[in-house]
Amino acid sequence: MVEKVHVRTTLNGEPTEFLVYPYQSLLETLREVIGLTGTKEGCNDGNCGACTVQVDDRIVDSCLVLGVEVEGKKVTTVEGLATPAGLHPLQQAFLEEASLQCGICTPGFLVASKALLDREPKADEHRIRHWLAGNLCRCTGYDKIIRAVQKVGATSKPARATAAQATAKRRPAGARK
Amino acid sequence: MHPFNYVAAKSVDEVTKVLAKHGDRARCLAGGTDLLVQLRAGVYELDAVVDIKTLPAANVLTLNGSLRMGSAVPCHRIYEDKAIAKAFPGIVDGASIVGGIQIQSRAGMGGNLCNSSPSADTVPGLIVHNAECVIAGPKGKRSVAAADFVTGVRRNVLKNGEFLLEVKLPKPDKGFGAAYERFTPRNEMDIAIAGVASSITLGANGKVKDAKIALAAVAPTPVQAKKAEEFLIGKEPTAANIAKASELAREAAKPISDMRGTVEQRKHLVGVLTRRTLTKALERAKEAK
Repeated sequence: MVEKVHVRTTLNGEPTEFLVYPYQSLLETLREVIGLTGTKEGCNDGNCGACTVQVDDRIVDSCLVLGVEVEGKKVTTVEGLATPAGLHPLQQAFLEEASLQCGICTPGFLVASKALLDREPKADEHRIRHWLAGNLCRCTGYDKIIRAVQKVGATSKPARATAAQATAKRRPAGARK
Repeated sequence: MHPFNYVAAKSVDEVTKVLAKHGDRARCLAGGTDLLVQLRAGVYELDAVVDIKTLPAANVLTLNGSLRMGSAVPCHRIYEDKAIAKAFPGIVDGASIVGGIQIQSRAGMGGNLCNSSPSADTVPGLIVHNAECVIAGPKGKRSVAAADFVTGVRRNVLKNGEFLLEVKLPKPDKGFGAAYERFTPRNEMDIAIAGVASSITLGANGKVKDAKIALAAVAPTPVQAKKAEEFLIGKEPTAANIAKASELAREAAKPISDMRGTVEQRKHLVGVLTRRTLTKALERAKEAK
């Protein structure tokens, strides 16, 4: 007989308690138990990054974390980005740069991009592309997303490179031809 | 997913007791990036999952000449530590390319070993660094070389009640260098078609004192290219000798053809990657002299 477990966590800055079966993923916990549906389910096996959330100071795929594992930890979802004063600068930049179409990947990209800029505000295009390799988008072709992240970054110039130049740039010398 | 109970382990005894009680219906949870996918796919049906991330002994990461790495230590802790990256380049190369950033937050070398996939990116690096696996079980601890840990696809030396507690890497000799490279169609987030880790130790006379070459994704387990290693030992580390060793390494590869690549392609890749990693290991060995 498997019983629900009582879990205490800090969710988007608020102390939060919930009951969850030990086999429920953090993704399922957020969406079905707590009712925060901003975090999206894409592949549900750790390939697409749509369900990215931050646990303490690291981004994770919430489909590959159990709800019970966040006991005592700080969890940040896309709902934790905007404040009553307005959108997070990344959200604003995603709108301005048209960095989304269908929107399913967007919460994951926002959470992952925020984690990068919090650590490395001056991250360059190469670093941003590398950091976001675990987030898939089938609509935008990525360039618009990268541009938005660069725009928010402290000193980086927004990318104006063509897709071909960008592809050439992100392959280090000696990489696969 | 089959309903299972969750145990946040607090002691080594607790882990071995739960594992011994449930047999093959219990497994340890480290990063979970393989286990949770497999549970969802029905590969395992478990009654208990034992989280070893809550076990202090499995989270040790201490560099003191040699390196002690708890089995729950995630990849990012390894490659973000500059001193470890400098002293143990062969494992850092692998830790840096497992999945993307999200996966590297959770996945580690302990789980990579225990998942025992032929294409594991971090196991060849452990082999060429002469890593020892410390296994805890109901009868106490025992040690197994990383080269002998994996025994088949999803099979390893762990017996009922046992789990991998930590991996120990000896202090590299003077003049030691190592490297890992894999081939994937995409630069990130992909599974190796073939991978090779190499290490070279240069003697005072400039000749190769020791060499290790370990291959990934070209046999049911990671394999060592022993003939290539033996060929190099005692020789000058010239481009011609490295090329010859790379040819010999191809013979150690016993790959299959599957959706990722063919036998011919994988053998070819072993040759190319052996040459590249030996060359990089040599550069690093010269820097470390």
